[in-house]
Amino acid sequence: MTQLALVIDLNTCVGCHACVTSCKEWNTSGEAGPMVDRNPYAAEPTGTFFNRVQSFEVGNFPHTQTVHFPKSCLHCEDPPCVPVCPTGASYKRPEDGIVLVDYDKCIGCEYCSWACPYGAREIDEQQKVMKKCTLCVDRLYDQSLPEQERKPVCVLSCPTSARIYGDIHDPESEASKAINDAGGYQLMPEWGTEPANHYLPRRKVDIAIHEEDLQRVDNPLRKEDRGPRAPTTRTTLDDSTSW
Amino acid sequence: MKPALSVILLTTLIGAGQGLFLAYYSAEWFVMLSILARAQTDYSGFAAGLSFLLLAAGLLASFFHLGHPERAWRAAAMWRSSWLSREVITLPLTMLLMLGYALLKLGSYDPLVFVLGESIPIAASTLVGFCAVLALCALYVCTAMIYACLKFLRQWHSPLTVLNFILMGGASGFTLATALSAYTRDGRFAYFVGMAIFLTLAALISRFASLLRNRKLRSPSSLQSAIGVHHPTIRQLAQGAMGGSFNTRAFIHGYGASVVRLARRSFLLLAFIAPVALLQAGSETSAFLCVSAFVLQYLGLLVERWYFFIEAEHPQNIYYQMIS
Repeated sequence: MTQLALVIDLNTCVGCHACVTSCKEWNTSGEAGPMVDRNPYAAEPTGTFFNRVQSFEVGNFPHTQTVHFPKSCLHCEDPPCVPVCPTGASYKRPEDGIVLVDYDKCIGCEYCSWACPYGAREIDEQQKVMKKCTLCVDRLYDQSLPEQERKPVCVLSCPTSARIYGDIHDPESEASKAINDAGGYQLMPEWGTEPANHYLPRRKVDIAIHEEDLQRVDNPLRKEDRGPRAPTTRTTLDDSTSW
Repeated sequence: MKPALSVILLTTLIGAGQGLFLAYYSAEWFVMLSILARAQTDYSGFAAGLSFLLLAAGLLASFFHLGHPERAWRAAAMWRSSWLSREVITLPLTMLLMLGYALLKLGSYDPLVFVLGESIPIAASTLVGFCAVLALCALYVCTAMIYACLKFLRQWHSPLTVLNFILMGGASGFTLATALSAYTRDGRFAYFVGMAIFLTLAALISRFASLLRNRKLRSPSSLQSAIGVHHPTIRQLAQGAMGGSFNTRAFIHGYGASVVRLARRSFLLLAFIAPVALLQAGSETSAFLCVSAFVLQYLGLLVERWYFFIEAEHPQNIYYQMIS
């Protein structure tokens, strides 16, 4: 069974919010209608977003690191928001595991948002329905898009390639390999929701480089230095020929 | 959690309405079993009508909680998985049965259906009332399970939540029945006042138990598990929105500890201690004391339900520790 998901590399994310703005741009222009955007250029801007980047300072000064943390719906494999929905507007697609809201069925009771421990759902204050990340389901299967663009727009927009998209149930996918190779983990595993989205941890990327790593001591090429050479006093072809 | 006024009104109003119906219907059985004396004027039809109105008022209040009330009928769809959906079915069903009971009692047509044992005649209204009792018991459970089934809200995720809803709804209903009985002098005062005091004290014990339980609760989640960084010192710098978001508006109540403490003390006093004292002091001839017992208890239960929301800590708040 397919479970599409995102794998977000916290080691690479620089917190530029490109995923946030491109997500809002794509989803506010879609068929579902615009997402709330109040005071966008004034004090206290607020609105509906499917994806946000939070920043955390880890450690004690001066030994601190800034962790930028993109946060969106995790498309849980056992989503607690789905069974509580009284209308069936919230559902998990069996074919690809994406958790979606049918905006035409949603009555805006907010019960699903109570049931989500991650706070991934937001009510749209104009349309009065619950909204959340759709994993850009309207891009993934769109035959009119070139194949390399049939991905969530946040993945395409990330300048540092910190977001990997793929089927985490396929062990050969880029996403599964990233989870397995780089120690991908789930958020709040203690609640048993089995989030499909994974995060890659911060890792040490600096390596110690020694002199001998740059130039090998036993470099076989250096033996040629010791080979026979023409005496430097003899006239060469350059000296005798005028071009 | 931030308290939602419409939900506070819904749960307290229907709780009292269900309790009131239970009080008068059980009294009817005690009359049939010759435990209580038959009243000169039977007010059970009137009481059932009042129960119906309380439930209707609660239902009306609940519509204000919805973003799309015109689609509310859709909420009956997912009864197999959602307690909210089950409540949406049982609430109108209970109302319908209560209305049927009230009309049979108040009207002139109430045929005898069969005779139970040798001497207990079962009228149509008694059968409809019995179905209404089954429905209202189911409604108590459905209403409470909406909160108790959410395992991330640990303060709610307990059988005590269900017990509290039943006992507090029952207590306020029996107190209202006591007030009604004192006002109409229908001879059922002694039964109602005894049950009202008993249920109020039982509700006090059960609510106090849940207060004690919630005091000891520690969240299994932390900022470390929320973002998956294991360092003991993590400080939030930005939450991804400068003017707040749905997450900060719907889940963070923002009341200070002193307000919360005041609310806790006032609901313990208003919903439990004051009504017991007034009911104890009241008698069949002092309708005013009994009516004020109900009014105080209902106000206390409003504060209690407000506190019930304040008490619940949503794990998502971990992600919103600082606005910038």
